[in-house]
Amino acid sequence: MGWLPAPVEQLLDAALVGELTVVGRNGRPITHPLIPLYHSGRVYLHSSTLFSKKLEHIKRDPRVALAITDPVATKGNPDRATIIGTAHLIEDDPHSDWERLILDLWRRKEPAIDDFLKARVALPLFFERAVIEVTPVRCLYWAGGRTDQPPVETRVPATEAA
Amino acid sequence: MTATATRSGTGSAHAATAVDLERLAAYPHVVVSWVGDDGYPVSVATSLETDGDAGSVRLAAPAGMPIPADREVSVTGSHIHPQPGFGYDERRYLQLWGRVTDGSRFTAARAWGWDETEMPFFEYSERSVPQSRRYLAALSKEKGRTIRPRLDPFWLALRTTRLPFLSATAVPVLLGIAVGASHGAFTWWTALLTVIGGSFAHLAINVTNDVFDTLSGADDANPNPTQFSGGSRVAVYDLVSVRGLVLLAAGLYAAAAAIGLVLVAVTGSILLLWIGVAGIALGLAYTAPPLKLVYRGLGELAVALGFGPVMLLGAYVVQTGRLAWEPVVLSLVPGILISLILFVNEIPDRGGDAQAGKRTLPVRLSPNVVRTAYLVGGMAAFAIIAAGVIGGLLPWPTLIALAAVPLVFRVYHGLKVHYDSPYTLMAVMGTNVNLNLVVGGLLLIGYVVTIVAMQLA
Repeated sequence: MGWLPAPVEQLLDAALVGELTVVGRNGRPITHPLIPLYHSGRVYLHSSTLFSKKLEHIKRDPRVALAITDPVATKGNPDRATIIGTAHLIEDDPHSDWERLILDLWRRKEPAIDDFLKARVALPLFFERAVIEVTPVRCLYWAGGRTDQPPVETRVPATEAA
Repeated sequence: MTATATRSGTGSAHAATAVDLERLAAYPHVVVSWVGDDGYPVSVATSLETDGDAGSVRLAAPAGMPIPADREVSVTGSHIHPQPGFGYDERRYLQLWGRVTDGSRFTAARAWGWDETEMPFFEYSERSVPQSRRYLAALSKEKGRTIRPRLDPFWLALRTTRLPFLSATAVPVLLGIAVGASHGAFTWWTALLTVIGGSFAHLAINVTNDVFDTLSGADDANPNPTQFSGGSRVAVYDLVSVRGLVLLAAGLYAAAAAIGLVLVAVTGSILLLWIGVAGIALGLAYTAPPLKLVYRGLGELAVALGFGPVMLLGAYVVQTGRLAWEPVVLSLVPGILISLILFVNEIPDRGGDAQAGKRTLPVRLSPNVVRTAYLVGGMAAFAIIAAGVIGGLLPWPTLIALAAVPLVFRVYHGLKVHYDSPYTLMAVMGTNVNLNLVVGGLLLIGYVVTIVAMQLA
């Protein structure tokens, strides 16, 4: 299991959207709203090849940050968190890797995905996808979403970092 | 205010404007991001307020996390509307890049975003197809093997050939067989071969059309394909190579020609041979150089001839071995209605078609003229039925097809409302496809009634 604080795990489990920031060319931060999935201490995001610029950025620099900030997208949970970590792309087979790895987690948050998947013929490239597996190294947590107060910072335990 | 600013810069970054800042300020909170000294990005939610100075806003300073002034930061607003049991909708986001001074004043330089109310998801996806191709090409190079998008073989075959459009072939072929039967000539297995051969010819034309629309760039240039328009896009998506499409089209043409030759041999009709040659020539000339009829505004005429007289008379001649005025007159009805399917389906494609030099009628004509031409064409089909019955060429039970007249007006009014909206126009295109099926079905019923009445007499 992971080392992220329980309230942050709850946020990740609830969130319908989070803001993934990657490092672009020239060190520019580039942010993409994505649906975050959480399992066994790792955060999983995924991207269609249609919108794959973020994947190219991650290949160049795997350091990323995922912010969970919107209470509307977290079933009213006002807490906020930013998970900073290192991303690894799973893209050997963009056609089916993601189905095996994250479809169950995805449909729990977005049940409509099964209907879309049945109509895969209508938008085939949308379902050619890479999985972004984020291993957290640092976590910032704001209880009640109060960013006017300093965050509680947690870092990956030395045992896990090793 | 620039066009890109009004559309949130969807798809491409642009110089930030006061409009972008106003839009950003409308989000209940924003996420500020920068790259820390350790090379990891960091993000924090905060609020912002406009300070009256166009070109900058003031961010509430997050506690314990000073926003650096020595590097670029991004400020992102994001919105969704959760739909319990479904997922979410109303997606939009806007990201601005710039610098922060005085610890909180943010001056934006660049902007980028997407709002699905301004650019529907399907259009956004289509505009992103080149990115998918670039990514998969780079991935293939990186992995040392070809990685292409895939589809289940059944769905790929259905998409590649545009199989559901075969209804356009079924109507004239079945009508030709029915007229032949009403004239006392019917052989079930040649009728079946005619349906199969006509279907192969139609699928071959569909695939050929995709080959040339891919090569000309017309499909690439069209960001608004629908289930009725914009081609199969299998080559655009790299699901099938152009070479694969050429081989498939050749195979389908060969199958159609082989069946046609069997029917010519069985019937001994040289007339049937010429009809078949005319059909294949029209199919190729539709998009293939040098004629490229659809590129010259003659696609409707080619389709009217191919799916009217060629298909219907071909089926009739297979059964009877001769020509007659009745099937000639009747063939004008599906000819007109199927050409109207093409005519309406070209409406959402007109932007991409114009860009690729494909001067279809909706590219050449104003919306008002297109709508009027549709109404005139649709009513002409029914006038032919009525005139055919009055003139004694068509049996009176075929008048039942006039019951479908309201569908013409439904499409006409739909064109008035949805002309510029490809996705809401889909329902109108569907009604227009149904118009041909309903009229064809009612005409068939008219002929069945005629045949039964003759048997009973």
